[in-house]
Amino acid sequence: MALQTEEMVLNMGPQHPSTHGVLRLELILDGEVVVDVIPHLGYLHRCFEKHSESMTYPQVIPYTDRMDYLASMSNNLGYAIAVERMMNIEVPERVEYIRVIMAELQRIASHMVAVATNGLDIGAFTPFLYLFRDREKILSLFEMTCGARLLYNYIWIGGLSHDIHPDFLRLTKEFIEYYKPKIDEINDLLSFNKIFIERTANVGIIPLDSAISYGFTGPNLRASGLAFDLRREDPYSIYDRFDFDIPVGEGLQGTVGDSWDRYFVRILEMKESLKILEQAVDQVPDGNVKSAIPKRIKPPVGNIYSRTENPRGELGYFIISDGTLNPFRVKVRAPSFVSLSAMGELCKGHLVADVIAVLGSIDIVLGEVDR
Amino acid sequence: MYNFLVDILGNEIIVMIITASLPLFLFVIPFALVAVYAERKVSAHMQDRLGPMRVGYHGLLQTVADILKLFQKEDIVTEKADKSLFNIAPFLVFAGSYAAFAALPFSSIFIGTNTDIGLFYIIAISSLVVAGILMAGWASNNKYSLLGAMRSAAQIISYEIPTALVILSLVMFTGTLNLHTMSELQTSSFLNWNILGGSETGIIKIILIPFMLIGCLILFISTLAEVNRTPFDIPEAESELVAGFHTEYSGMKFAMFFLSEYANMFAVSAIITSVFFGGYQSPFGYLGDLAGIDWLVPIEQLFWFSAKGLFFVFVQMWLRWTLPRLRVDQLMTVCWKYLIPYSFVNLIIIGIITLL
Repeated sequence: MALQTEEMVLNMGPQHPSTHGVLRLELILDGEVVVDVIPHLGYLHRCFEKHSESMTYPQVIPYTDRMDYLASMSNNLGYAIAVERMMNIEVPERVEYIRVIMAELQRIASHMVAVATNGLDIGAFTPFLYLFRDREKILSLFEMTCGARLLYNYIWIGGLSHDIHPDFLRLTKEFIEYYKPKIDEINDLLSFNKIFIERTANVGIIPLDSAISYGFTGPNLRASGLAFDLRREDPYSIYDRFDFDIPVGEGLQGTVGDSWDRYFVRILEMKESLKILEQAVDQVPDGNVKSAIPKRIKPPVGNIYSRTENPRGELGYFIISDGTLNPFRVKVRAPSFVSLSAMGELCKGHLVADVIAVLGSIDIVLGEVDR
Repeated sequence: MYNFLVDILGNEIIVMIITASLPLFLFVIPFALVAVYAERKVSAHMQDRLGPMRVGYHGLLQTVADILKLFQKEDIVTEKADKSLFNIAPFLVFAGSYAAFAALPFSSIFIGTNTDIGLFYIIAISSLVVAGILMAGWASNNKYSLLGAMRSAAQIISYEIPTALVILSLVMFTGTLNLHTMSELQTSSFLNWNILGGSETGIIKIILIPFMLIGCLILFISTLAEVNRTPFDIPEAESELVAGFHTEYSGMKFAMFFLSEYANMFAVSAIITSVFFGGYQSPFGYLGDLAGIDWLVPIEQLFWFSAKGLFFVFVQMWLRWTLPRLRVDQLMTVCWKYLIPYSFVNLIIIGIITLL
């Protein structure tokens, strides 16, 4: 007689060290092998979209900060661009350059956290702290600019809340020089560590067609092998003026689209962001950052879907205007939400330990998933 | 020292109890306090941090403060836990790891119990830890604890095989299971340490060295796994299983697990030291011998034993703060597909060389 066995349900979260916030994963286990993963969302739902309907357009910006709290600048930028497109506002050159610098610094800071926490989930504590040490430097640059370290409310519709500090560009250049060798340090310590490769290569593979069907964007899609980057495909702001490459997953350590590829694409993107920064800091023109901010922000009746390349993928804002001071509807397409939906497919047949590695590699932020 | 105490107290059993518990009070508890502090400082400096700085000079009293805090904490036993097992488990784990100290030769005159089957006893008694961990995991009535305990049992039992095989090859080589005798054999100079071919001479010594190095490496890796340290800290894998088998423990019972982890770290380092690195022997003569002060020699021996042991403890900490952790199946692969065959081949080769 065969021994009778049962599947075990393991609740991972909402209080768990590695769910990156308040996510609850319901793991159906056969021994330690994952049969299915069911993400339960909504623990961090704050009604951002509904709130926006009773706010004026500029008042929505602080809410966008709180979605993807690791990339507040990029969220601000996406929203500002959406409203500017509705109102046909031309922003000054200086504003465009500062926005690009901020967005790329933010991308580096965000990828640092992604890489760091992915390593931490797999047990590498030291690279985590090294990356957070370096991230502090970026946050200090932001603090110097707008006084906040996490939620900036900096990029406004038609301009910026403050001009940059006189020392900002010099310090940014110093940071670029400081950070370049640090990427190699992380590569030595973590990326090409044999154990790290064993844990992430060939784990949580998502082939390209499947990634496209799920609607993956950003680094997660590029790791599956498609060089799709909105900065290149659908240029916004002044990204068409810079020279940078779009790294894609090549399956260096395993299969294209595995966890290691998703991790390494982020490392490479940090290098590309540094490249953009190097070009941008030398070209910032003079000007008034507030000259194009309209007195009354009242877009004409209509709707718009505007998308930007967030560190986590395509952040889309769908805004309906009814011609009043408040948006009629603001809907956000959050890249983390899309990535999370593939957890079941990514983890099937792997072990419990791999769920953590995969969750770390898709780099979700719960603030954005639940909004 | 044993005979000296028997003369004073006149009762052998009392003397045995005293000598066996001396390592606990003289060494294990102070060592655990220092090791916890050292681990925090080592990790902090490796990570560009300062570590504990507030309690005492550079945080020296931090662990004392932590222990005081743990004493005051409420002793929580979850409602659905199997209470008797839950309560016994930490003591069993601690007893298992502490009992190994009884057979460790700290110096030529100070050894808890100078038994002829010292190594066998240590391997046997440290298996008690597995029972304790399984009890803790099962009695907690928590899925994370259970997973952690199951992993831990599988891991410790698997890694005992390469450990035992390597130790067996050294037992064949030296012809003794007694750690004290084994240390005595490696006397006078570091050239006589087993890692460098022991007291053999000429060509045989040179042939032996690579196999001894391999044996030492295997022993180090497998003991690392036995004490559940990174990269083999899967039973406690913080980011997966919260805290593994001791998730539900708090207060002093948690402290017992913690204490036994650090006691274990030193115990396995001491075994490596005794087996391969001359035990308590100085690498080059003794000051006491030079100056003609007899009582200085055992103290120096204690110093060398602790220093070598602490070096390996430091290597364990170093690895912990550098490496990520393996997955449970990879851990088993390392053990069954690599360590066991290699250590077995090593055993045969060392055996043949010894026969020659």
